[in-house]
Amino acid sequence: MSEALEPSTPAGAPDPDAVGSGGLWHSAWRRLRRNPTAIAGAVIVLAFLLVALFAPLIAPGTPGVPLPNSGVTPSSVPGPSPGHPLGLDSPGTDLLTQLVFGARQSLLIGVVSTALGLAGGAVLGVLAGGLGGWVDTVVMRLVDILLSIPSLLLAVSVAAILGQRPISVMIAIAAAQVPIFARLLRGSMLAQRGSDYVLAVHSLGVRRRTVVMSHLLPNSLGPVIVQATLTLATAIIEVAALSYLGLGASNPSTAEWGRMLVNAQSRLATDPHLAIWPGACIAVTALGFTLLGEALREALDPKGRK
Amino acid sequence: MIGFVVRRLLLLVPVLVGLVVLLFAWLRALPGDPARALLGQRATPESIAQVNAAYGFDQPLPVQFVTYVGRLLRGDLGSSSASGEPVLDTFLSRFPATIELSLAALLFAVVLGIPLGYAAARRAGGALDTLMVGGSLLGVTIPVFFLAYLLKIVFSQWLPWLPTSGRQDPRIDATHVTGFYVLDGILTREWDASWDAVVHLVLPGIALGTIPLAIIVRITRASVLEVLGEDHVRTARAKGLPRALISRRHVLRNALLPVVTTIGLQTGLLLSGAVLTESVFAFNGIGAYLFQAISQLDYAVLQGFILFIALTYALVNLVVDILYGVIDPRVRLS
Repeated sequence: MSEALEPSTPAGAPDPDAVGSGGLWHSAWRRLRRNPTAIAGAVIVLAFLLVALFAPLIAPGTPGVPLPNSGVTPSSVPGPSPGHPLGLDSPGTDLLTQLVFGARQSLLIGVVSTALGLAGGAVLGVLAGGLGGWVDTVVMRLVDILLSIPSLLLAVSVAAILGQRPISVMIAIAAAQVPIFARLLRGSMLAQRGSDYVLAVHSLGVRRRTVVMSHLLPNSLGPVIVQATLTLATAIIEVAALSYLGLGASNPSTAEWGRMLVNAQSRLATDPHLAIWPGACIAVTALGFTLLGEALREALDPKGRK
Repeated sequence: MIGFVVRRLLLLVPVLVGLVVLLFAWLRALPGDPARALLGQRATPESIAQVNAAYGFDQPLPVQFVTYVGRLLRGDLGSSSASGEPVLDTFLSRFPATIELSLAALLFAVVLGIPLGYAAARRAGGALDTLMVGGSLLGVTIPVFFLAYLLKIVFSQWLPWLPTSGRQDPRIDATHVTGFYVLDGILTREWDASWDAVVHLVLPGIALGTIPLAIIVRITRASVLEVLGEDHVRTARAKGLPRALISRRHVLRNALLPVVTTIGLQTGLLLSGAVLTESVFAFNGIGAYLFQAISQLDYAVLQGFILFIALTYALVNLVVDILYGVIDPRVRLS
């Protein structure tokens, strides 16, 4: 979460490149394609997306259905066999199937919660940064209060209260993101507000709402998009963390990486691979989004544009 | 300086008041029945009513709020609806464990992170630098509990060198004065007990310290790179000052400011991470306590916990701001 608290440079409009049609994004795209970090991140993210989308085609079995006569004993689980390339996990389900469908769950919760967090943060940020004055003060104090709670703990308290449903996990993770997006967008809009082109638009007599919505907001989106990418990484880890804490989706038939880790806990000594696979999936996916986010940040940074 | 500290403490008041009101409203506005969570789904209506009466959940909300705030002002965080014990007492008895763990993690992160980040910046673009940048990205994205598992697997199965659970070997009959086990051993001159507590901190400390380590490496690297490019460093070099002196006095001192800020911001992360780390390593701190409170919908504990953490967090940030002025005299505390 520290990412959000670092001062970020707004991807500024007062650059000749940016004035044309999509100049800023165009040059950012050019730099992204040449950046190995971006390519590595994109490959991982794309692979994750494809696995999530085509889960039923890739997985050899049905998720959450323990196989009859699975051969799971208190001391060990069956290893790889024809039809089960990674073997079975401790409830007796096919490990690969669980992993593949787990991608679906992570993607769904990660994307929905980030979208919710972004929407909530955008509303607060636009109110604060666009209107200013007492609205700004009130909104930002509220954001300060929310920021004074570490994000996982905020998510934990929300999830604990809302109960064990996928939607409450999404809301919980989103709640922790709202203050970050709000602060980021406000800062970025304030930086824009003093710039010459906004003064020019103002002096042309354009209404404030139009200035905010069609000039300030679009030009402040760069850092927000970067943050959203990085937040997806955090969200995927937090989904797993909440499941790990027993606050995830309660339906055992949904495959979820965090819960696979919990199930693996009692067999850590005998079958460490049960923990290593889902753990590695979480780490690699999060790494993919982080790489992509970092590369985007570099590409959109006006300082890097020469 | 004193004026600054007082002003900052006063500023804390509205934030805490806001937090108290928000938390109260939030916890009560959402669905969820604490009595049912406590007694289970098959509880009789009578026993639920009894619990509600005992904890005041049957009172109108404004009354509950006034009672709650009144108690809070007297330093009473209420009692756990699960165990009946006062929340504050439990926090205070368990907090030393979490502080010990967090300090171990910070120590690991700072002692390793600053030199690594510095070395990476000095040889920017080199093999070590690439390794550091890549490694720190991986460090940030590896989930705390997964890393904790990996450490546990490696050190319980393959290399049985370090203890993988608890705070101290139960066979050691140590006297506890302060609750900080390492310190207790020193105070009572039971060196074995102290050493055993230190050894128990190694794995959880590494698990919890890895994210801060990765972040400190990155921030130090970026910050040193920036300072290295500044005029005063070039002037110092041109004057022919010894390299070590330039590094220490001109580069590191200036580069440390953002690092100190980051370390402060990490406290929040440490406390979150501690919840997970403590549960993997059966480390009996406040993290493990929260873990129980969640499943029991223990309002008093959840509320107290968040207030407690927010206050700790705010105080740490105050200390960070004071350190600023000490490190960089240009930053005036006003």
